[in-house]
Amino acid sequence: MKRLMSGNAALGEAAVLSGCTCYFGYPITPQNELTEYMARRMATSGGVFIQSESEIAAINMVLGASVTGARAMTSSSSPGISLKQEGISYLAADELPAVIVNMARGGPGMGNISPAQSDYFQATRGGGHGDYKTIVLAPGSVQELTEIVPLAFDLADKYRNPVIILGDGMLGQMMEPVDFDNLQRPPDYEKDYTLTGAKERPARKIHSLIFDTKLQEEHNWKLFRKFRLMEQNEVRYETYLTDDAEMIVIAYGFGARIAKGAIKRLRQENLKVGMIRPVTLWPFPAKALRDMAKTVNDFFVFEMSTGQMVEDVKLSLEGRGHVHFYGRPGGVVPMPIELSRIIARHYIQAQAGGRRRKR
Amino acid sequence: MKTVYKRPKLLKEAHFHYCPGCGHGIVNRLLMEVIEEMDLQESAICVAPAGCGMLLYNYFEIDVLESAHGRGAAVATGIKRARPQSLVFSYQGDGDLAAIGTAEGFHAANRGENISVIFVNNGVYGMTGGQMAPTTLLDQVTTTTPEGRDPVLAGHPVRICEVFSKLDGATYLERVAVNKPAAVKKTKKAIAKAFQRQLDGLGFSLVEILAPCPTNWKMGSIESCQWIDEVMCKEFPLGVVKEVRGGDRPRAEAPGGAATGKGASCS
Amino acid sequence: MLVNTIFSGFGGQGVLSMGSTLATAAMLEGKYVTYLPAYGVEVRGGTANCTVVVSDEEIASPVASEPEYLVAMNQPSFARFQSILPAGGLLLANSSLVNTESARRDIEILAIPTSELAEKLGTIKVANMITLGALVRASSMISYDTMLENLKEILGEGKAKLIELNKQALGLGYNYAKDRAYGH
Repeated sequence: MKRLMSGNAALGEAAVLSGCTCYFGYPITPQNELTEYMARRMATSGGVFIQSESEIAAINMVLGASVTGARAMTSSSSPGISLKQEGISYLAADELPAVIVNMARGGPGMGNISPAQSDYFQATRGGGHGDYKTIVLAPGSVQELTEIVPLAFDLADKYRNPVIILGDGMLGQMMEPVDFDNLQRPPDYEKDYTLTGAKERPARKIHSLIFDTKLQEEHNWKLFRKFRLMEQNEVRYETYLTDDAEMIVIAYGFGARIAKGAIKRLRQENLKVGMIRPVTLWPFPAKALRDMAKTVNDFFVFEMSTGQMVEDVKLSLEGRGHVHFYGRPGGVVPMPIELSRIIARHYIQAQAGGRRRKR
Repeated sequence: MKTVYKRPKLLKEAHFHYCPGCGHGIVNRLLMEVIEEMDLQESAICVAPAGCGMLLYNYFEIDVLESAHGRGAAVATGIKRARPQSLVFSYQGDGDLAAIGTAEGFHAANRGENISVIFVNNGVYGMTGGQMAPTTLLDQVTTTTPEGRDPVLAGHPVRICEVFSKLDGATYLERVAVNKPAAVKKTKKAIAKAFQRQLDGLGFSLVEILAPCPTNWKMGSIESCQWIDEVMCKEFPLGVVKEVRGGDRPRAEAPGGAATGKGASCS
Repeated sequence: MLVNTIFSGFGGQGVLSMGSTLATAAMLEGKYVTYLPAYGVEVRGGTANCTVVVSDEEIASPVASEPEYLVAMNQPSFARFQSILPAGGLLLANSSLVNTESARRDIEILAIPTSELAEKLGTIKVANMITLGALVRASSMISYDTMLENLKEILGEGKAKLIELNKQALGLGYNYAKDRAYGH
């Protein structure tokens, strides 16, 4: 049965249905409804809820809960996510699973509370100190959250690594019909690393301090091999009208919704524009883009920032194709018609320049 | 022959990395003794700090998780809430608890988290080379107070027990020392009491342990021990700072089971 | 068909619940729908607004830059939002609180004297439902029957006794709009 729910509330419900038993959070707009939802929901489901004294405390509580084997989550918005980076780095170093939600807002600094996509670099480059990555999932609708959340918990457990859900204020605040009918609780993994007391086994030590540089190096390579596995196995993206496209738009999350609206208008005018929507921002669908470049010359990146994912697009294409960019930072939400006009102009210029789809 | 002392089984046969005369080794040993005597090794989980105590996982035969600098009380909170049946304690130094991690310690205490904090106060940042700590005494010379700590420039020594004593969630706070045999015995008793109170669900407990740091104090070992009595104890008086019965904090069950307990209150 | 509506007024006038009531009714009809509250620095008694988009197709943006309908429950909202209503749009104004004179001749205005109408029901609290009834009639974006059915869903068993009152309020607004010629 469908319910009308905000993204924040739906995310909370999906987390509980995915087996999340511990939630720690600190108020920050525009994700407060999630913290509030968890306060109510954990009370009825018998889980743990703490409104922590800071985002730093919250992520460290997640670390503690995770080490006991519990599925743990915290959430915040951009400035709060900056504070969590210390803990995320430790989670990655200790190889502990966790789900961290960022309902991003305009920045830098205090910024504002409007939706933005300016935390892409922070999310996809590790974010904290040291050599590590986090899987980054970018849902675009409230319903998609019900698929993303169990996936996030599953990937976190599977790889013993923190997973970021990168949304924005719009996704968190907006209400849409949603059902949880197809939500599958991820399987429970055999966890042979948890701290539960040294009963009938040797004591376990979990630490990221490795004084011996050779051992630290080996730990880094071990993590690297894990990240490479993720790159091989966990890339997710969606294509839209790419078969005959002369130009491919690359946009994610809420930005992809706007882009889709724009593309529908462009198609009505017979402009052959398609879209690749990365669902995993890291690992990035680099190969899908490269493959697309076999037939398409023009790639148009749209972001609600001054341009961050556009760098991944360029890195993925390795010089193949022309990369166009349009960005609206600062919490501005452009309308599909605005974006369609911009794309149309770039499209017509590309075609006038003789760039056509390769056959 | 009567055995008056033996190495606790839970303390590994390893050489401590601590400097000669350091108090950490004594505290490490006391913790393992208490856990062994209370038969808690199968449920104990220790949260290790950044600082001189950080390598304690090399010595403890119990489960240990390292925490980022200052976050011990938050990490211990996460563990305890997810696994209330475990004995959970953090081991923290003065920079850790009284500077970078004050918020985490303060609020764990205020929530009455049913955890124990073992707080080793030696008045300096030891591992980083003897810089001023929040607990450094006035006029005390450190590498960052070369002329002695001047309160106008560098503030005053922080008395964590006294500060935390104002919080209703903190139910047992005692300051002890490890500078002489009688004091060591008292320290052991305080640790055991803190752990017993946790088992009884009485809420947040903290044992502050004044410990010598001859290396950074630029003193001999014996002189350091004397200095604790003669100088440090004037600023940090020993004894029970607070002990209340604690509220009727329910023995919480693991998530998924019955509702977890909330903070204890004074009685 | 894609229909954008902005609801605006004082906080406490039931502006947000008007929007969510419409949104859940649209959901019941199987339509695509988004509901977006203006969120942020909250001042009790300050202005509130929300946007509802109802469509037969997937909705790209829940933001309405060119709403077909605008509901203004108080004077500040009337002043602020009438300028963003595109030519040909319909403005539903709570004329019990709003002076509905407007310089714009390219929009229609439906003045609803909610206080007068609500008198019959003995409470002004349902002014929002009266207005929503009028919107349903004027827009036909969802059926009146769905709206009634929806009340049960929204109010639930706990507030079952309020269903009848809200039904009557919706009916008052619906019939008022039916009998009305819109103008200036």
